[in-house]
Amino acid sequence: MARVELKSVRKSFGAVVAVQGADVVFEEGSFTTLLGPSGCGKTTILRMISGLETPTDGDILIGGKRINDVPIHKRNLGLVFQNYALFPHRTIGENIAFGLKYRDVAKADMARKVTEALDIVRLPGVEDRYPSQLSGGQQQRIALARAIVIEPDVLLLDEPLSALDANLREEMRVELKAIQDRIGVTSIFVTHDQSEALAMSDRIIVMSAGRIEQIGAPDEVYNRPVSEFVANFLGASNLLDAQVISRDREHVVLETAEFGRTPVPLSHAASLGDGPAAKLMIRAEKLTLAPVGQGGATAKVENVDYQGQLARYFLRVGDTPMQAMNMIDGKPFATGETVSLLLNPDACAALPPKTGAS
Amino acid sequence: MRVWSLLKFYTVLVYAFTFAPIAVVLLLAFNSSQFGGFPIEGFSLRWFRELAENEAIIRALRTSVILGLLTALIATTLGILASLALVRYRFPGKNWITTFLISPVLVPETVLAVGLLIFLRWLHMPRSFALLLIGHSIIALPFVVLVVQARLIGIRRDYEEAAMSLGANPMQTFFQITLPLLMPAVFAGALFAFTISFDNITATIFWRPSGMETVPTQIFGMLRNSVSPEINALGFVMICITVGVPLLAGALARYFARKKI
Repeated sequence: MARVELKSVRKSFGAVVAVQGADVVFEEGSFTTLLGPSGCGKTTILRMISGLETPTDGDILIGGKRINDVPIHKRNLGLVFQNYALFPHRTIGENIAFGLKYRDVAKADMARKVTEALDIVRLPGVEDRYPSQLSGGQQQRIALARAIVIEPDVLLLDEPLSALDANLREEMRVELKAIQDRIGVTSIFVTHDQSEALAMSDRIIVMSAGRIEQIGAPDEVYNRPVSEFVANFLGASNLLDAQVISRDREHVVLETAEFGRTPVPLSHAASLGDGPAAKLMIRAEKLTLAPVGQGGATAKVENVDYQGQLARYFLRVGDTPMQAMNMIDGKPFATGETVSLLLNPDACAALPPKTGAS
Repeated sequence: MRVWSLLKFYTVLVYAFTFAPIAVVLLLAFNSSQFGGFPIEGFSLRWFRELAENEAIIRALRTSVILGLLTALIATTLGILASLALVRYRFPGKNWITTFLISPVLVPETVLAVGLLIFLRWLHMPRSFALLLIGHSIIALPFVVLVVQARLIGIRRDYEEAAMSLGANPMQTFFQITLPLLMPAVFAGALFAFTISFDNITATIFWRPSGMETVPTQIFGMLRNSVSPEINALGFVMICITVGVPLLAGALARYFARKKI
């Protein structure tokens, strides 16, 4: 177990900058997720920590030691891939024992450690089978067992759940987190799936176009995004053009054409600059529909996406399209209905007017 | 219906035309008659016995087998290394090198043979077994490279990366992971190389040192005098080797594959 540190790490492939100036600390024993769309640089960061790529600039430290020039096979890392990467010509037992061969482990201990690892991933007794005889979920458990049996300093997970089907993915997500809690290894998880990130992580690093947009705990990133990109990438959000009317010690008051004046808590306006222009962010599930005449904004329901316990409404307030997600209480509102749209100011966030072009 | 039966008839005819000469050789190898021709007088292994007693033929057979095995060894080793470089690494001039490695297939063998001879003349080196071996390896190399490369592209980088992350250095990774996964292609490539060398006559005629015969050049030499029934028996042996070796290899590969799963 060790702390991992990136100090102004940059990576370019020719003229293409994959990662620009990343400064991150992954605390010992923590579970951190690198979240972002494909091509945002999250995998490149993981590959640089693993030693499969070399940073163009900057330093990478594991346990306080600079490891830029240490080759991958001397870094003592556990690496789990999207496609499992189990050696097809080796049995499960041989796969798991592979890393132990390069460490000072006695023959007898080796068998015991393999058995233990299989117990941890809840697949005892499959030592003599071949990877092709196991299902996808089982193969990924074996890949995890192979990575943790060497007691790595850091566990690196590169979209390990993406190849599994939906039900299995959720089951594995819970289990993976439970195993990480139990063995307490510093883990870095790469995904493009926001629900995985929110459910599993101690901290989330949201990335876009090679840049780190925000680092924070799941609820922080979700409720208090610092940029339009983060607001849109995690969950469904409405972003409205707004003017800053006034500021006091607790609130910043924004005015929008749709909702009039809204006092947003200062803690939800961390990235807002001094200028008069801003964006008001409202989560779709924090926007409540009510029968017309209850105040708030007046909206027209343009479409309803019925999801069982939830309904997702596509609305129009004046000329502005908006989204809302509400629990269904009785009968959902119908297409064409006019409704009142209510918002809770404490659930809103104030963002700078245009982000991403810093 | 009429069209179909006509088509069948033609198909049979085409196959008969291509395989009849081979069948004739196989049949006549067992003919007891003094003269290598029909009618067949009786069944006999007489020509095989004479073959076994003919020292020139035994020598040629030994030369061919040794040459074939060494060609397979050299072409396969070089082919694996070249494929690794071409598939796993990026470097300037890669496309040129690929074309260059494949070019012996495209260049007429006679041109290749004369070219290598002129080159050796220029270096003041005599024709030798080593030259023959180098030549055969050049001819066989493209086939090995093509087969091994195709397989290597299919072996995902993940496997090697996983092995290295677990502590195997690049050399250990190659021998523990890459090579075993590559084995079917290596095997197929080696077989190709052996068969190509064993069958080759055009280039061999140019390159062999005087006094050295391979099986094809030996047959060619014997045919200039007369069509001896021994040649039929030798043909039988050659067909057995060139057809039998790949079949045996295929059976072995299937056997090992089944044992694994």
